[in-house]
Amino acid sequence: MQTIDELLGEIDVFRGLGDEHLDLIAGCAQNRVFGEGEPLLSENEQANTFFAIRHGTVALETYVPQRGAVMIETLHGGDVLGWSWLFPPYRTMFDARALGVVRTVAFDGACLREKCEQDPQLGYVLMKRFAEVMVERLQATRLRLLDVYGQVPGR
Amino acid sequence: MVPIPYRVVRRRRETHDSWTLELEPHDGASVQPFAPGQFAMLYAFGKGEVPISVSALPLVHTIRAVGVVSTALCDARKGDVLGVRGPFGTAWPVEAAEGADVAVLTGGIGLAPLRPVVHHLLANRERYGRVVVLYGGRSPAELLYTAELERWRGRFDVQVEVAVDQAGADWRGRVGVVTTLVPRADFDPAHTVAMICGPEVMMRFAVAALQDRGVPAEAIHVSLERSMKCAIRLCGHCQLGPEFICHDGPVFPWDRVEPLLRVREL
Repeated sequence: MQTIDELLGEIDVFRGLGDEHLDLIAGCAQNRVFGEGEPLLSENEQANTFFAIRHGTVALETYVPQRGAVMIETLHGGDVLGWSWLFPPYRTMFDARALGVVRTVAFDGACLREKCEQDPQLGYVLMKRFAEVMVERLQATRLRLLDVYGQVPGR
Repeated sequence: MVPIPYRVVRRRRETHDSWTLELEPHDGASVQPFAPGQFAMLYAFGKGEVPISVSALPLVHTIRAVGVVSTALCDARKGDVLGVRGPFGTAWPVEAAEGADVAVLTGGIGLAPLRPVVHHLLANRERYGRVVVLYGGRSPAELLYTAELERWRGRFDVQVEVAVDQAGADWRGRVGVVTTLVPRADFDPAHTVAMICGPEVMMRFAVAALQDRGVPAEAIHVSLERSMKCAIRLCGHCQLGPEFICHDGPVFPWDRVEPLLRVREL
């Protein structure tokens, strides 16, 4: 069975970090498994947790009155779920639900924030890694805003 | 230049605005065989003519109803007669890709011109390395060939990934832009031939994602679309700088057209 330290080394957002930093992060991490339909995050709750998805698919959703739950994005093995733990007011913006069995490493965001405050180098490295993820997601979202498949072809 | 009459022998609805028509010669006369990527000028009598890529061989077309002629073609019933000119244009490099991994990237109705490529790859599977099909759509209801996608996905020798821009809670697949499928697709970038067809802006971002993985520009091929009228390099309606899309394309190596696509006035 893999230890948390070993699992962290396989997660993209932590890849290449030194042992000292991985040890600090591992102290805030635990393995968690979710069954079909189980919520990982709920909208407007205190954002104290984020996840590195090891295996499975998570649907990021929001509820639209008279439409029901609308799936905004799906996240998969290797993806990070949740960044509201990084910034005040530390509240989650969307629901996250397991589509099938989902294996994750769950992180205590408050614990990690505290460690980042004490070790600015760790904080800077983590902030850079998460900024990369956020930029990737922002760019993908911008592309979807173009609604390219709705265009009439030909000019 | 004279359209040859073909009869609709099968008609299948793909989405709310797209239909697939299977055609056979009406009175014995036929066009030359098509290659994957080439297109026909389909004539709805009394309405007009539009360019439509072949979506399966020998002569199957998938048409999206967006104007008078394409709507008339979509309305054609079994037994109706249409005019066909062709084949026109360049083909996907399926033979040149033998021995390499093949990445097929497509969005929306763009799967239609690449479908005969997938048919060819699967029928000649031993001639290729890894085969990856990445397909993006607006929503689950607007995906083409869903039963066929499931069959492809059921094979162990091809990776098929589908992503939609929007979905309800009952969708079990991926939600996200098609380019996000590229980083985790299973192919060797240095030995991959990529074929892309979809809205031009999607192709631009798809090329960027492939190049980020290390696929060289000369190994990336795209199918372009411009307003085609004559299909024989005469009228100039489809010109992109010096290139006549109807004759020099529609399939181009990316490094040949990339400088032209950067010119906004074109």
